[in-house]
Order: sequence, then C-alpha cells, then structure tokens
Amino acid sequence: MAEIVIRNLRKEFGDFTAVQSSSFKIEDGEFFMLLGPSGCGKTTTLRMIAGLELPTSGEIYIDKEEVGQKPARQRDIAFVFQMFALYPHMNVRRNISYPLVSQGMSKKHVAEKVAEVSRILGIEDILDRPVSGLSGGDRQRVALGRAIVREPKAFMMDEPLGALDAEFREHMAEELRALHDRMGATTVYVTHDQLEAMQMGDKIVVMNHGVIEQFGTPQDIYDKPATMFVADFIGSPSMNFLRFHGEVHAGSSSVRMHHVDLAVPTVREPFEGDLVYGIRPEHIALNDDGGNRGEVVAAEYLGTTQIVTVKTVGGDLQARIPSDQPARPGETVGLAFNGTTATLFDNQSGRALKSDLNEGVLAHV
Amino acid sequence: MSEVRLSNLSKAFGDTVAVSDVSMTIPNGAFVTLLGPTGAGKTTILRLISGLEEPDSGDVSFGGRSVMDDTPAQRNVAMVFQQYSLYPHMSVRENLAFPLRSPLLKTPADEIERKVAEVAEVLRISHKLNNKATALSGGEMQRVSIGRALVREPTIYLMDEPLSSLDAKLRSDLRIELKRIQESLGATLLYVTHDQIEAMTMSTHIGVLDQGKLVQFGTPREIYENPVNLYVAGRLGQPRINVLPADIFAGAPAGAAQIGLRPEHIQQGEGKGSTVKRVEHLGDQIRLHLKLEGHDVVTLSDAHADLEPGDTVAIQPRNPLFFDAGGVRIT
Repeated sequence: MAEIVIRNLRKEFGDFTAVQSSSFKIEDGEFFMLLGPSGCGKTTTLRMIAGLELPTSGEIYIDKEEVGQKPARQRDIAFVFQMFALYPHMNVRRNISYPLVSQGMSKKHVAEKVAEVSRILGIEDILDRPVSGLSGGDRQRVALGRAIVREPKAFMMDEPLGALDAEFREHMAEELRALHDRMGATTVYVTHDQLEAMQMGDKIVVMNHGVIEQFGTPQDIYDKPATMFVADFIGSPSMNFLRFHGEVHAGSSSVRMHHVDLAVPTVREPFEGDLVYGIRPEHIALNDDGGNRGEVVAAEYLGTTQIVTVKTVGGDLQARIPSDQPARPGETVGLAFNGTTATLFDNQSGRALKSDLNEGVLAHV
Repeated sequence: MSEVRLSNLSKAFGDTVAVSDVSMTIPNGAFVTLLGPTGAGKTTILRLISGLEEPDSGDVSFGGRSVMDDTPAQRNVAMVFQQYSLYPHMSVRENLAFPLRSPLLKTPADEIERKVAEVAEVLRISHKLNNKATALSGGEMQRVSIGRALVREPTIYLMDEPLSSLDAKLRSDLRIELKRIQESLGATLLYVTHDQIEAMTMSTHIGVLDQGKLVQFGTPREIYENPVNLYVAGRLGQPRINVLPADIFAGAPAGAAQIGLRPEHIQQGEGKGSTVKRVEHLGDQIRLHLKLEGHDVVTLSDAHADLEPGDTVAIQPRNPLFFDAGGVRIT
C-alpha cells in the first residue's frame, strides 16, 4: 500500500521533452489514471514512477521516501504490460508462484499465497493447465496473478486492455476495477481511452504534449474542464465550441453572441477578445422556443439516446437527446442551452475563464 | 451501383463452418453493417462477395445477375481493409489515381484528374494531395485508402473494420464522415465491424451474425428494440442488457425463463430492494452497479439521485423483454 507524490518531474530524451514539469499526488489505495493521446508523456511518467526510466529532474516519493533515482527493483512495484508475457513452458501455478519462489519463499507459504490469489481471480480450476492453451482473458488473469502475488506497494499498468476487442475489454475493465476494490492497492493506469479512464478511475490526470492539462475526479474534469483540450478530449461526442468575439465582466451571468444573450455561470474574471462558449451535447435541448436556430444535418441513433448534428451560424453543434424525440435531417429546429453548465474559454490560450462553476477546480490561477 | 443479393450462401474451412446458409439483400444505396464477434463469419462473407473466396454452395448476384463465374476484377467491387496499405513511394495524388490507371479501365487523364480532385474534396484532403503518403497522420492515411476505393464506381464498397486501428477520437470523426460520403455519393456499402456504436450510428440496416448464421436483419432501431433472441439483445446497447431469471419480478408471461432489462427498462423508486455496489460518473451519465438477490444489475442513475455504495434502491421493470429457456424472445 502506498501514497505516491510526484514533484516537478521532468524527462528529456535528447532535444525532445517528453514530460515538462509534472506534479500530482496519488492517495493510498487510489485507482489513478494517466490519460492522453499518444505521445503526451503518460507512459514515460508511468515508467519513471516504476523506475524503468530515470527522471531528468524532479522527485518521486513512494510512502514519503524519495525514490526518483533508485532502480526499479528497490521500489517494490509490480508492472503489468499491454502484452502479457507468461512463461510458455510452465503451467499456470508455476507462472504465478515464480516471483515468490525466486524470492526464496518457503514451499508451504508459496502454496498458500497462490491459492489465495487464484481464488481472488477465479482461476482455481485452471492452475494445472499449461498457459499455451488458455483464452486471452485467462492469460490476462494469470499475468495479473503474477503481479498480485508479490503484494507490491503499488501496481503500474500500461494499457493492459489495449490489445483486447471492445466487448471483452469492457468486461475485463469491470473485473479489474472490482479486483482493485477488493484489494485496495494503489494502482496507476495508463490509457488513451477517455471512457476507460472515466469508468475505472478515482482520479484522472489529463496530459498533452508532456504537460498536465488537468488533475481531478472524473466528474469534475468532465463538468469543469480547465482547458479546451480537456473539454474536447473527454466525452463522446466532445463538448461543442461556439466561437465569437465579445467581452465579459466579473459578475456577468450572460454573454452576447451573434446578437443573442446566452446564460453562463457567473463569471469571476473580466475578459475581452476571442471567446469560446463550450456546451456539452446533453445540455442542448431541441425545442421551438430556443433563441438559436439551426438545420438538422444528421441524426445518429444510439438506442436510448441519439446524437443530432445541427448546423447553426456559429458552426455545427451536436446535441444528445432522447431517441423517441423526432429529429429529421433538413428540418429547422430551435436550440436551448442549459447555461448553468457552460464554460467560457479564451480562444487564444484555450484556458477556461474562472466562474462560479469551476472556481474551486481550476489549477491555473 | 445495384442491389446485391446473397442466396443460401455457405462456406466451410475444413471442419469449421464459417458461413452457414446466409441469405440477405443489400438494397441499392444502402449502408449495411455485418455485426458480430471475432469468428462470426463477417469477413468471410465480404470475401465471398468480392470473389476472393468461393462458396461451397449458394449464389451471389449483382443487380439480378449471378456473378459466380466472374473473377474478382470482373465483379468490380472496391475493398477497404483495417490496415491501410498505401504505396509509400507515391504522393497522395498518385495513390488516389492508381486504381483508375488500371489497364482494364482505360480512364482518360483529364478524367483521372477530375475524379481525384472530387474525392479529395469529399475526404477533405485536397491540401495534402502532393504530400508523400508516408507524411500523413494515421487518420489521413486511412482517408486516402478509403479515397482509393471511392475514385472508382464499383457495384458495391466492401469495408472490413476500416476504423478499428484508429484512436477513439479519430474513429468518431471518421464515422460521421464516412456516413456523409456514403449518403452524398448514394453508394451501396457493406461494412464489417464488431463495434456496436459504428453499427448503430452509420447503418441503414444491420445483419447480426452468430457463428456463421444470420440471426437477424433490420434497421438499427428494430434490432435494438425488437431483438429476436438474447444473443441479438446483447449485441447492442451500452450498458449491456441485464439478463435475470424471469420470476425475479412478478408478472412474467407463461414460458418465460429470462427477463431482459435494458437500463431504460429499469424504474427506480418502487419494487424490489437492491444494493448499490458501485457508482460510475461518466460525465453525461451516471452508471449504477446494483446487486439484486445475488444478481448483478447495471442501470443509469436518475439525474439527481445522490447514491453511494451500500445504499438501497428499489427497482422494477418497465416494458422489459422476455425470453424462453433457449434464449428465444417471447414478448
């Protein structure tokens, strides 16, 4: 069990800076997600925590001990990779017991540990099978078993579900999370899949180009994005951006865009220039009273809900509405925005303007 | 473009039956998706239509004419694969023009020029026409490989998971783009995927495959709202349909062994008590993982319900689906 603190962590590979200057804290027992597109520095960050990569500067504390420059084996961390490397010539039991046997643990104690771990993972019935004939899911469980059995301080997982097909992936994601809830071990998990991060994580760090864009709980990151990058990366479809030129004052609770007043959470800082009004698809309703009007371009059926794309003067918008509400391509509809959920951004820098909604959440001041 | 009809198509590889007695009509201008897990026979059906495989029995016809004796080239189909394979030494323009330079087509040069420009416009890669194929992002490369299929005017476009190797964001962008392109060209398209979102959002029709058999064919809405069996019901819908013993709630019809509850079929506030195991905040929705008499149930939380693990929620079904012991739909 471990608390992990990262302070001003930086990593350069030659001229390329993979991680700029990261600081965040992972609480003991947390399921912690490092999320971002490829090349954002998330895997490098994970590898530095595990000790597979040494930081250029900065500190890593595991349970208050600074381990930044220590080799991996002195950190007591288990690493689970995307490709599960099992010993093909050994059966399941020997694969799982290997890390313990190589530590010199007594046979009796090893047998107890393996029994316990296989019960947690539900693989008691395959212990004597060779690993070569196992299904993908069972192979993954064995690989996890081998990581768990050592009882490390923390688990590092690098897209462990990346190689699986969508359906099975969802199933394993639930299983992994349930396993974590039973064991309570600190887990750091790298993914580029925002849904996976939202679904499994207690906290999320969103990275882009080696920089931490935002750090917080899934719901906060979704509802109160600190930057346009986060607003766009999290959520499917992503947040709608309406660009306009205008101004707001501290205390304003509406903005004027293309001659229409739109409600916003009370603004806490003045701004004049190129603004972006950000609104999530589920906070746009289609009704005839809406001040903004547009033409329905497409309706994507999703079972319970549908995604309707509407062409407006400010650009295309996507709204998520119930699938039993009619929306036909070609028809003109009114749009009503739920302004209490909107975020205003500075179009130039991409950062969110401070408001009553996001005040407590924004890291940048 | 013309209607493509499959009649009693079967194909086995040794002892493995890949496609079993499949009959299906792909209407002119339709976007038909074959949906099923790995090994359901989706790709084999594409290969049978294109002529890359020969069926053991059955017939494939284009516009009412059997093409069983035609070579793949004569069938004039265009295929797009999961792994885009562009000619790395050629520019985007040359890659797009390549299919038109086929000696079989004898396309005049100005016609090639016109088609390439038109397709590049549709795919929004006009500004990259002079780039080397290797100097493109993954999404652009896949658009070029789709473009290479689009410059031709084949009877049907066959696409085998063309978006699955792309990252999530790009996939959702290209999904809308592909649908737009198909509609604007009026193209007939047969699309293979195991991704239910792709199937639901793009298709005019979905064919659900189970171990080589076509179990249901219909519009996305029909497949979602009126599945013929439990297998089909489980293919669409996220979170997945909950399947419980039929007698867990009162009012099951005679012969019902299992009750299928999609998240919107579960009403909160009244009925049987269940325990909250986990609450997932996914932004636009809150997923509740419940335990009901030992069974796992996943549903969506009412917007303002502030539930936590350990809380009790009463739930009851609303317009559920019922299935018999064999998984066949009853009502």
